[in-house]
Amino acid sequence: MSLEDSTVTTKAAGMASIMTRLRHAFAQVPMLSWLLGILLAVLIEHFVGYSFAIGLGLSNVPPLLGVTIIFSRPALIPNVIVFVLLVYVLPIGGLALLSAPLMNRFAAKLISYPIFVSGLLHLALLYADLHIWATINDYRIYIARIILIAILVTLSLNVVNGYMGEFSCSHPGFMALGAYGASIFTVVCFVPNNVFGVTLLPAALGPFLFPLAIIFGGLLASFGALFVAIPSFQTRGDYLAIISLAFMFIVKSLIENLEIFGGARGFMGMPSWASLPVVFVWTVLGLLIINNFVRSTLGKALNAVRDDETAATAMTINTRRTKMVAFLFSAFWAGVAGGLLAHVISYVNPGSFGILKLSEVLAMVYLGGLNSVVGSLIGAVGLNFLMEALRSFEIYKWIVIPVLLILVMIFRPTGLVAFREFKVEDILNPKVETVKEVEHAAATD
Amino acid sequence: MALLVQMIFNALQSGSFYALIALGYSMVYGILMLFNFAHGDIFMTGAYIGFFISTGLVSLAALGIFPLPNWLLLALTVVFAMIATSLVGIIVERVGYRPLRNAPRASAAITGLMIGIILETGNLALLGAERKNFPTFIETKTYQVMQGVTITNTRIMIVGLSILLMLGLHLFVRRTKWGMAMRAMAYDYVVVPLMGVSSNTIAVMTFAIGSALAAAAGIFYGIAYPVLDPYMGIIIGWKAFVAAILGGRGSIIGAALAGFLLGFIEIFVGYFLPSAMRDFVAYSIILIILTFRPHGFFGEPYSAQLRL
Repeated sequence: MSLEDSTVTTKAAGMASIMTRLRHAFAQVPMLSWLLGILLAVLIEHFVGYSFAIGLGLSNVPPLLGVTIIFSRPALIPNVIVFVLLVYVLPIGGLALLSAPLMNRFAAKLISYPIFVSGLLHLALLYADLHIWATINDYRIYIARIILIAILVTLSLNVVNGYMGEFSCSHPGFMALGAYGASIFTVVCFVPNNVFGVTLLPAALGPFLFPLAIIFGGLLASFGALFVAIPSFQTRGDYLAIISLAFMFIVKSLIENLEIFGGARGFMGMPSWASLPVVFVWTVLGLLIINNFVRSTLGKALNAVRDDETAATAMTINTRRTKMVAFLFSAFWAGVAGGLLAHVISYVNPGSFGILKLSEVLAMVYLGGLNSVVGSLIGAVGLNFLMEALRSFEIYKWIVIPVLLILVMIFRPTGLVAFREFKVEDILNPKVETVKEVEHAAATD
Repeated sequence: MALLVQMIFNALQSGSFYALIALGYSMVYGILMLFNFAHGDIFMTGAYIGFFISTGLVSLAALGIFPLPNWLLLALTVVFAMIATSLVGIIVERVGYRPLRNAPRASAAITGLMIGIILETGNLALLGAERKNFPTFIETKTYQVMQGVTITNTRIMIVGLSILLMLGLHLFVRRTKWGMAMRAMAYDYVVVPLMGVSSNTIAVMTFAIGSALAAAAGIFYGIAYPVLDPYMGIIIGWKAFVAAILGGRGSIIGAALAGFLLGFIEIFVGYFLPSAMRDFVAYSIILIILTFRPHGFFGEPYSAQLRL
């Protein structure tokens, strides 16, 4: 009896030690190795994924790591697990572990150059991963762009709702302004149509001047944000929430009444210039700028205004300027996201920027976590994956997702990963500090 | 002149829907300091519960089981629907708000929004997308009040009953012991529980009363516009919410008056401008009012001490 007990405990201890050793080993894997591992996985999928999937009895490569299959065709779950294990988990984990010592050394060398060298290399690898992963089919290209845009919206809302602590409901309105602004810009300038007559600029210039259209949309959204930012000087909390809500409804019904832009029927004719690299660049740019913003003095001022406005004023923070900048900044990125979204689906209508959009965006922010860039990433990606996974539930999707969100709110009221700082250096740095330590770590292993 | 009187009569009806729903928002705010974002959908649920009870009663009466007169059937519908909907409100409080009593208020707002989505989608999933027609209890009679001004008997009934319900609520809050407990909670939610008033009981009661009023509004809405759809709570409910704010948070009289005011604004705007502009102008007026008077008509002015 006691012997059996002891074998069980040693076995458990063995398992635990394997787990800790694995965790220890993976803790030393730098971001470069992960990206290389993912590159290997997506390359494998790109070249042999289809035939492998057919061999496993799947009709095609599982689009989102198999999440779309879990509920629609449960019988195929084992096959999908095998596929994901062999194509993703093993190559990523294996290559990450194998290349970790080398890549730690490489990352340590890279970090001695200016930070953008290392950053650009990481971004290039990340984009290569994303590109090879997404171009397998149109669905992936579409969903990747939607998720990237969702990340941008979530981040921009987190600036106001998380970092500044207001409950702003106006982001669908900002998105609508951005979407319409950018769309009208491109259509007026580059697309011959029967409403606005001839184009102002040669159409060939279009893709190159497309950032101008996006910026125009963002600036329009910023201008709209003035109507929320100025009342925010006198009031906050609930009343500001109402003002922002009223603003959202006003934007929606204003667009519905502008017959020249299609009214309630919507506006179309934009070329789909928001391709994957374009959306990727904008999202990364937005993420970095928003992250720098919230870590700057001004970002800390936002937190001070959230926690105690009177004390913040006493600490010589100009609360009006802070609020104004935060709203305009946040609205700009929401507008950029709206403009990109309009050029992904080549169609906008005011009906899609209503209460449902608001619930979706708020859900992403509060699921991921307030006051945290990582949380916004997790919230946007998580909710979109969830929505795709539950697609086969059709209407019941909108019962399952709210129930999950209520549970998250009950057990983690500020979201999954709230109040965490996102430091780019931590990602770029090697996981063991110097080359000497790398060798030491290799020797002890 | 005749036109003005006619518009006032029209506005009284839509104003009474807004006022009844706004009362629910405002009462919950007064007690718990948070907005029940699911209230608009509780209104929708109340309308549907009223629809099922009334069709049930009408078909029973047609079979000769309860051969009651129509007005009594209507009264029974209103009473039963109010009771059933207040149960829904109690469940919403229990599931969505009580676990979050000490959480940041934005989290409670999210649960409220999510419960609203659950109610809408649940309705859509259970009953399908086709709209339901509310049975007619009362033959509509049109009276000529003066030259060019007409009013129907249903309209008189709706406005009259709504005002009666509001008066009843006012008396309840002002004259009964329970009402006193509610007012005390609204005054100080920290100390009053120490005096032996259970905050949970008061919260449940507030949700129950608010939901019952929303159910009454739902049935009246069903009588006035006999078409129900699952998203009616969004359109009517959010406007009533804005009315509750306009009246001043936690103020019952303010909510009722602002509800009627919103009705007037909508009817007047709808007459002078194309009806598509109605929401735009109504919300713009509200935005302007709130910019210059952020605490609404009867609310307390904003102060740094207020828990926000």
